[in-house]
Parts: sequence; structure tokens; C-alpha cells
Amino acid sequence: MIETIALRKEYSADGRQTTALDGVDLSVAAGEVYGVLGASGAGKSTLLRCVNLLERPTSGTVRVAGEELTALGPADLRAARRRIGMIFQHFNLLSSRTVAGNVALPLEISGTGTRRERSARVAELLEYVGLGDKAEAYPATLSGGQRQRVAIARALADHPRVLLSDEATSALDADTTRSILALLRRLAGELGLTILLITHELDVVREVCDSAAVLAAGRLVESGTVADLLARPDSVLAAQAFAPVAADPAAAYGGRVVRVAFTGQADGQAAVGELARRYELDVRLLAGTVQTIAGQPVGRLDLALDGPADRIDAGLAWLADHGLAVLPDDAWAEVAV
Amino acid sequence: MTAELIQATLETLQMVVASTVLSAIVGLPVGVLLVLSARGGLRPAPVLNRILGLIVNLGRSLPFIILMIAVIPFTRLLVGTTIGSAAAIVPLTIGAIPFLARLVESAVSDVDPGLVEAAQAMGARTGQIVGKVLLPESRPALVRALTVTFVTLIGYSAMAGAVGGGGLGDLAIRYGYQLFQTNVMVVTVVLLVVVVQVFQLLGDRIARRLDRR
Ligand SMILES: Nc1ncnc2c1ncn2[C@@H]1O[C@H](COP(=O)(O)OP(=O)(O)O)[C@@H](O)[C@H]1O
Ligand SMILES: [Mg+2]
Repeated sequence: MIETIALRKEYSADGRQTTALDGVDLSVAAGEVYGVLGASGAGKSTLLRCVNLLERPTSGTVRVAGEELTALGPADLRAARRRIGMIFQHFNLLSSRTVAGNVALPLEISGTGTRRERSARVAELLEYVGLGDKAEAYPATLSGGQRQRVAIARALADHPRVLLSDEATSALDADTTRSILALLRRLAGELGLTILLITHELDVVREVCDSAAVLAAGRLVESGTVADLLARPDSVLAAQAFAPVAADPAAAYGGRVVRVAFTGQADGQAAVGELARRYELDVRLLAGTVQTIAGQPVGRLDLALDGPADRIDAGLAWLADHGLAVLPDDAWAEVAV
Repeated sequence: MTAELIQATLETLQMVVASTVLSAIVGLPVGVLLVLSARGGLRPAPVLNRILGLIVNLGRSLPFIILMIAVIPFTRLLVGTTIGSAAAIVPLTIGAIPFLARLVESAVSDVDPGLVEAAQAMGARTGQIVGKVLLPESRPALVRALTVTFVTLIGYSAMAGAVGGGGLGDLAIRYGYQLFQTNVMVVTVVLLVVVVQVFQLLGDRIARRLDRR
């Protein structure tokens, strides 16, 4: 539904050149909620703004719903943008218009329907986002969560197929964030909307996204379904989800410290017990986490192994054969996301 | 005397209201154009922006009394005479246009760029962004700009009165200065202060009512 190919964006300000996007290939399937996770300054907003061409990429191709946006003239581009809704961190509602007036704005811009048809559509949308009683209120009188609901209703007004979300929950508290994320999830399910959202919060990705990518310094360092990424032992996403127990665990605990990853089909605890018996190793459990991701358990165990090196190596190989991944040493380094 | 004072007050109001309206008709689009054509604006046009800016600055730096004399031939061409309040409207309007244009520019460029971006994301044309976002969102600031222009024009109109433009300024000069009737002078000054106060209060009230932030 959304595809970017070799997307590059360079900014030059006062003679200094910044590469905000450095060859991004992104592919979002129809009906999917896709999250792009990255630290501040990674290029997330630039990427999102390149999708509806608010920002012209320096080079590369953007395709939405099969249409190559980067090849369109101004009038066609405006028409294409009407099929792409967008919501923002700071809501960007017009203070001079009521809630209903804000939601009607995209319809006025596209010249959709008569005044009466537009107000019927607005009422329907406000009902849908749970603000049926706020039509005549001004945005300044609403809470952050209510404003974002208005912004979502506005983004949906023209029946878009795609919704872009730029840190839509970053200005909201935890409870409100959860309710907005639940609403986004509902949009994907009930309206078949494809949602591309960017965030710096792993929890947002974990809570609503089917798939995700990690953006760092203008490059996608990994992408895939959230379940796969979290289950993969070497993924940046997983490294963040399962924070290491100590900066330098080997020095802190002695022996050989390893991190073992396992998913639903493997039984981590049982395997560790078996490892100690079979290879006569002294196994200490330093830390362990099991999280339910996309309905299946995904776990990490941090172990300190003591014993002869060859038996340790054999033991680790045995673990790998039984569906438990042993993380390479460099995966321990905390990955900045 | 009272009849004359009423007459002069009406003339002043007529001059100032007419020139405020006329200067808004030109100053508003010029101010918007300054914003749109600026670097990073919706329709960047550096040359146009530079030229417009230059003209506006020129108009702003010219003392009103000089401007009034400089436009006499133009006034005569337009109105047929250079005496009376109708004739005074010409220099007043010309003097107010650049003043108001700068105020409009500042009001419109204060609109949150995020709102413009949201409208662009909806597929809005530049004209729609101006009409549905920039102008409505800057409405309180625009009303304040018009109020300031109106008040400034009252001061200018008194100056125009001194050279035969009619109105309260004219009255003050003729009775107060040439005939040494200080009391007439005082009354006209009081009337000017009252007019300024009334319109300032009115403008503030409208601006506050329009402000929904
Ligand atoms: N309009 C701009 N002009 C110059 N540099 C910019 C501009 N917008 C973004 N950048 C730079 O591009 C990089 C990525 O920015 P952004 O996409 O906003 O990151 P994020 O949303 O991930 O925080 C940053 O280094 C930022 O300074
Ligand atoms: Mg950002």
C-alpha cells in the first residue's frame, strides 16, 4: 500500500549538509499497522512527510496505493493527498473553528458533498471517535486526548485508505495514549485502513503495530513483523525490549555470560535445566523475562555459565539445536533506539 | 460652534473610516503576498518579495507631511481637488497601506506552520490555505492591526486637516491657532481622544471575542 524505494533526503542549511534519509526502502502492506521506531533526529518525521510529499525527497520513489506520488503534478498530488489522512503530535487543529468545523475542513477543501451532506458526515465521524457531544466546542476547551480524536476524525473525513501518524501520542499521558492507540487499532480493523506511524516509544510499536522498522541515522536497520523482530535474538527492537542486566555482565558476574532467546515453541527454563545436567555446568540465572508478543511467549534468559570452555561451547551448541538462540556478544552492546 | 464641532467630527470619522477601509483593501493582500512570497513561504518568489518589501519600507519611512505634498498631483487627478476631506483620503490611504501591510504580514506569519502543513496534507490549494487557514487563524491579530491603523490615521487626519483637509484638525488650527480660541482647541483635542478611545476599546473587544485560543 505504501512503498518507498531508495528514498534520500538531504537538507542544506547555512552551507551545512544533513542527510536525513539515506536510502530508505519501506514497504507497508494494505490493512497493516506499521510502526517506524527511532531516536530523536533519526529522520522519522522526514520519512513520514516524504510519504505524502509534504517534503520533496532529494531522490527516490514514493508509491501509495499503486500510484507513484513522486511522478505526479501539483493537481494530481493534491488529489492523492486527499486519500491520505495525517495526524500530528500537536494535533494541528484550527483554533478558529469548532470541532465540527475542523472535521469538515478536508471536505470543504475537496469540495465533497453539499453543506448538509458534509455535516451529516461530520456528525457520523464525531460519533465514531466518541465526541458526538462536542461538535460545537472549540479545540481550546478540549483535553489532549479529545483533540487527537478530533484530529483523527478530521483525517478520516474524506475516506482515506492510508493514515500517517507523526508521534500522535507523544504529547499524551499513558492512559490517553492507550485509548488513542486502541482507536487506531480499531480503524485498521473496522475500516481496513493502512496506518504508518512513527514513534520513539517501543511500547507504541508493541501495543498496536503488526510490523515495524527501526530507523537510525536515516537508514532502516531492520524491519519485519513485530512478533518476528522481538523473537529474533539479534534484533534492535528486542534488545530494547529486553534491556541488559548490566553494562558489562561478564565482569559483573564472572564465568561466561550469555543471553539466550526463545519463543513459544521452545521451553527456555526446561532447556536450561537440561543444559546444566547434560554438560555438568554450573548455571546461574542472572535475569529472565518472558513477554507475550502477538499471543506467543517470547523470552530472554541471561545466564552465567561456569565450567570447562569446551563443555560450555558444546552446551551452547546444544541449546541452539533445541530452538533457543544464543545471542552473539556484540548484541549485548546497548543499541540506541 | 456646536454644529461646527459635530460637522468636523463627522468629517474626521468619514476620512479615517474611508481610508482605513481603502488601505485594508490593498494592505491586506500585500501583507499576505509578503508572507507567501517569502523564503520558505508557500509560493517563494524572492524578486517579488524584495521589490514589495522595498516599496513598503519606502512608504513607511516617508514622513506623512511630505507624502501628503508629494501625492498632490495624484490627488488632483483622482478627486479633482486637493482641498477637503475627500481629497485627504488619498494621502491617508497611501500612507496607511504600507503600515498596515507590515502589520498584516506579521499577523499572518504568526500562524502556526503546523496548521498550514495539516491543510497541505489535506490537499489544499494555496488560495484555500489563505482563505481557510491563514486569514481565519490570524483574525484577532488582523482586527488589532486594523485598530492600530485606524488610530494612527486619526493622528494623520489631524495633520491633513491643517493643510485644508477638513475635520477636527482643520477646526483646531483655524479657531485655536489662527483665532486664539484656546477653548475650541481643547474641545477638539478632547473629541480626538474620545474617538481614539472608543475605537481602540471596540477593536480590543472584537479581537478578544474572535480569539478562541
Ligand atoms: N527543514 C529542515 N532543515 C534542515 N534540517 C532538517 C529539517 N528537518 C529535519 N532536519 C534534520 O534532519 C534530521 C532528521 O530530522 P527528523 O526527521 O525531524 O527526525 P525525527 O523525527 O526522527 O526526530 C535531523 O538531523 C534534523 O535536524
Ligand atoms: Mg519527529
